Amino acid sequence: MRRTLAARLLQSVVVVFIVTTITFFVVRLAPGDPFSYDSTAITPAVRAHWRAQFGYDQPLGVQYVKYLASVAHGQFGYSFERHEPVVAALRETLPNTLLLAGLALGASFLLGVVVGVVQATHRGRWFDRVSSGLLLTLYSLPDFWGALMMLLLFSYWWRLLPAGGAVDPVMHDYLPAGRALLDRISHLVLPATSLTLLTTAAVARYQRSAMLDALPADYVRTARAKGVPERGVVWCHALRTALTPMVVLLGLLLPALLGGTVFVEKVFSWPGIGYLAVSAINARDYDVVTATVVVGSVLVVIGNLLADLLHAAIDPRLRA
Amino acid sequence: MHSNPGLRRLLTHRSARWALATIAVLVVAAIVGPWLISYGGAEQLDIVRLKNTPPSWSHWFGTDQYSRDVLSRVLSGARISLAVASLSVLFAITIGTTYGLVAGYVGGAIDGAMMRVLDGALSIPRVLLLLAVLGLWHPVPLSGLILLLGGTGWFALSRLVRAETMTARRLEYIGAAEALGASGRRILFRHLLPNVAGPIIVSATLSVGNVIALEAGLSYLGIGAQPPTPSWGSIFLDGVDFYAGNWWVVLFPGLAIVATVLAFNVLGDALRDALDPRQLHSHRVPSGPSATSTSVNELLKNG
Repeated sequence: MRRTLAARLLQSVVVVFIVTTITFFVVRLAPGDPFSYDSTAITPAVRAHWRAQFGYDQPLGVQYVKYLASVAHGQFGYSFERHEPVVAALRETLPNTLLLAGLALGASFLLGVVVGVVQATHRGRWFDRVSSGLLLTLYSLPDFWGALMMLLLFSYWWRLLPAGGAVDPVMHDYLPAGRALLDRISHLVLPATSLTLLTTAAVARYQRSAMLDALPADYVRTARAKGVPERGVVWCHALRTALTPMVVLLGLLLPALLGGTVFVEKVFSWPGIGYLAVSAINARDYDVVTATVVVGSVLVVIGNLLADLLHAAIDPRLRA
Repeated sequence: MHSNPGLRRLLTHRSARWALATIAVLVVAAIVGPWLISYGGAEQLDIVRLKNTPPSWSHWFGTDQYSRDVLSRVLSGARISLAVASLSVLFAITIGTTYGLVAGYVGGAIDGAMMRVLDGALSIPRVLLLLAVLGLWHPVPLSGLILLLGGTGWFALSRLVRAETMTARRLEYIGAAEALGASGRRILFRHLLPNVAGPIIVSATLSVGNVIALEAGLSYLGIGAQPPTPSWGSIFLDGVDFYAGNWWVVLFPGLAIVATVLAFNVLGDALRDALDPRQLHSHRVPSGPSATSTSVNELLKNG
């Protein structure tokens, strides 16, 4: 186990390194640079000066080595749009993304597992049919459109919740602690609910089929035969086995969740790394774009590692 | 035609018929749509009188903030969205199938190395990477968009194909073909491919829906299909003005996308039921939601 873990760790580092390299070249080879925006107020001499100052005039190979060196020192370059180091921008936005994605992930697993189990035990009956149809429809919603609809419904038509941002831009700093927290929560509800609904479908579908695989097993019949109440059979005996594949799903779902987060953050102007990435693209803020892809892959890789560890912890067959 | 048991089972599947009908209507609409409508998708009708008008008899889906007819835009967008999605999925399954077949058939160290590469590729945050490429290389031509969507969409499929190939290659007829001196390429594409085709077809069908949704999302961010080329996502990009309250510009094109994606997902589920070899010899017609295992690989929406 320890050797596998070491190998997985090494592999993760290699993956992040490769993603960093690909992203770096994709970004730097793109036409233009952060200083090529249209403005008559900036003379070519000033642009050239900036390029020299930030090293954009050097050969690409040199830029690459310098970039790797700075990443190794925990620096990701400078954001020309936000006028701060990229690390500062990440420090500001990453917690927001982790909060949103974490909440949605937790909620959708809880909801998805419960729905999936009930579907499997009521297979073919009305609850199974109706909820399967509903979930498949939710699953078919493009993430951005699902979020837009939530925005339209609960913020535009039925003015229940704020339309965007993480806090009230004007009032938040002046509110007492309790009201400020409430302000935070009210801004979180719509994006988190959208992301949860869009993710739950995948979890429930998978849990349903895992449960259908587990229910006919011999040990389930044995549990029934020795008189365990049906509720105990389903929620303790069968579910325990049927949860194992869910851990695999957890790891594989992360890139998809991150993608969904980008769209939801954009729709609700939620200041996370997805929102940061989208605005950085428009401003050709190279270092920020590169950093968001790298951080995204680090998140996915860490998630996969955790899923593997969790899998090994709950599945004795993997403890070799 | 009805001699094919898989096809027959598919056609007795009620939701599959619904899905096939929806997709057929969409394809027809995408082909003849532009001749049916009286306005061009990009045509600005009357910026003074027809700006942001709600749905009416003359404009069923209303008009957007540039006075363009939304129904016409949906119909002309169908063509691009469907074409981009099917071509990129075709590209993805070509790479993914070949990669998976080779890895599964060759096995050993080569397979191990190929799988490590795949593991790495599966941790790439696809949306963020596409955002960087499409956004900074702006404007990317349609062919580039297709190649990028396809080139980042084959990882999960190829893992699935490899697993199926590893099971299939242990079957006797492969040994027989090897004993008869068939070449590696012949065994891969002539003997193994038909055996693993079922999951590929299912996965491809589900992917078409996912890619339509993904492309719409990228266009919504302003980096998918570029104006004036209309695609379903670009309708949202430059027609929506929430402050003017033109909800119809968001609702109707979105419903078109959802109906399409849903149709492909339902069809994919039905195909899985119909093509599952475990059900080949049973006379039971699958009804209701799919009973067979859902592959994790099929759940990766933006993955």
